[in-house]
Amino acid sequence: MKRREFIQQTAAASALIGLGGMGLTSFTPATTKKITILHTNDVHSHIDAFGPDDGRNPNQGGVARRATLIQAIRKENPNTLLLDAGDIFQGTPYFNYYGGELEFKLMSMLKYDVATIGNHDFDNSIEGLYAQLPHAKFDFVSANYDFSNTVMDTHVKPYRIIIKDGIKIGIFGLGIELDGLVEKRMYKETVYLDPTEMAQEMTRVLKEDEKCDLIICLSHLGYNYRNRPEKISDLKLAGITKDIDLIIGGHTHTFLKKPTVVKNSEGKNTLVNQVGCYGINLGKIDFYFDSNKNKAANGTSIIV
Amino acid sequence: MNYKHIFLLFSILILSACKNQGEYINKIEGKQINISDSLKLDQSIENFIKPYREHVDSNLDSILAYAVNTYSKSDGEYNTAIGNMMADAVYEESNPVFKSRTGEDIDFVLLNHGGIRSIISKGNITTRTAYEVMPFDNSVVVVKLKGAQVKELVEYLAKGKRAHPISKLNIVLDSDGNFKSATLNSKPLDFSKTYNVATNDYLYNGGDHMDFFKTNDSLYVLDYKIRNVLIDYFTKIDTLKPVIDNRFIQLK
Repeated sequence: MKRREFIQQTAAASALIGLGGMGLTSFTPATTKKITILHTNDVHSHIDAFGPDDGRNPNQGGVARRATLIQAIRKENPNTLLLDAGDIFQGTPYFNYYGGELEFKLMSMLKYDVATIGNHDFDNSIEGLYAQLPHAKFDFVSANYDFSNTVMDTHVKPYRIIIKDGIKIGIFGLGIELDGLVEKRMYKETVYLDPTEMAQEMTRVLKEDEKCDLIICLSHLGYNYRNRPEKISDLKLAGITKDIDLIIGGHTHTFLKKPTVVKNSEGKNTLVNQVGCYGINLGKIDFYFDSNKNKAANGTSIIV
Repeated sequence: MNYKHIFLLFSILILSACKNQGEYINKIEGKQINISDSLKLDQSIENFIKPYREHVDSNLDSILAYAVNTYSKSDGEYNTAIGNMMADAVYEESNPVFKSRTGEDIDFVLLNHGGIRSIISKGNITTRTAYEVMPFDNSVVVVKLKGAQVKELVEYLAKGKRAHPISKLNIVLDSDGNFKSATLNSKPLDFSKTYNVATNDYLYNGGDHMDFFKTNDSLYVLDYKIRNVLIDYFTKIDTLKPVIDNRFIQLK
């Protein structure tokens, strides 16, 4: 066997030379790949920018401007994903008039890849959400809403895997507890499962079974509940789980100066980010990959 | 081994070698980009939105009625013209719905003063006015309350001394501000009876600490948003001229 391997390697090596280095670039140990993650949350039907007279956010936001920015970023790096952490619906008359149709159509035009479901996305009841699905050319993920006994059954997956430039990216969704927040007659037979347990299950599947290179949690749990430490939040989840590289949050409309770095249960870094609300900001996280483990093991540098 | 064999072998080796090779994160850069007016509009997106915007705007700005004056929730002590209008509109628009479903009438209406989110300005009333006064999606619910809870409700109003909008119900406080009487159609409330009280789902769920709604015999969800009540009411009337009256007063 040893001898055979030797021959094969020699043959391969000579072939490599013979082919004039074809494929060499993709084979060098020091290859660096870049994946860009763009994200929004709690856009709440804010399709138009705030007017110049708005007391809080004058001249900010607007889908047509966001589209320009996203296009420029995609041009710079085609290996870009666009994600949303829920509460797409409710907040301007556009939702009252069109029930979310315009929101989904525009997100499809902007080429959103994946979104999760926020509590306000049930505002026209689960049937209202279901009715708008034909307008969404992107996927919904939620690992802790069990929709089996609802119209949404089979339309929401626990996670989605996307491969960009050979990098395997696993994205799973988590939603907030609906009881007390949304009327039962709106969410019907949707069953809320424990987000921590589901996150542990998802990271096991995505890391061990699917061997993902990057794991992202799209969460509508909320950033942090200072006065209710027992309540699950993104910061809390990041600290008690492992293998999540990035948690993109929503619900609490939290404006952060920069993403938060949290030590996970293994002492490794997890990034938690949220970009406020109403489409005022776009989050951008760039992940640089190296096929050289030793180099990477020396420590990931986080620049935020 | 000919050339083809070698190439095949080479390909297999590359494939297997690459497969074994993991990808490791060695750098992460994170930032937030403000969507400001320094960014150009994407014209194709803008053009797509335009007909939707025009439809919504023309609809929101369609004139439904005319307000003879400007009405604010701070223009009365125990009852206000705008609050009276809202509570009366809830009664007028919801009672036919409730009656058709149950065969019963709404006895009285209670809303919350804080639920009046905007003034109504003198001049044209449009659908946008209804969105300004009631931007939230709260709906009308009718709660069957026992006399004991109705008593709590009246005490809450007497003690709170806020101009929470009411309709059909009359409350009088004496000159010291203590509860004097509560009547319905000029008859004193009978605290041994049950009453159908129309309110909004926010208060039913304990908003403004109106906890008396929690102990109830039945709940009727009308699926009728307060905003739509206002739109329907404005559509029906020609001129809006609500007044401050004596439905909730303190004797001098």
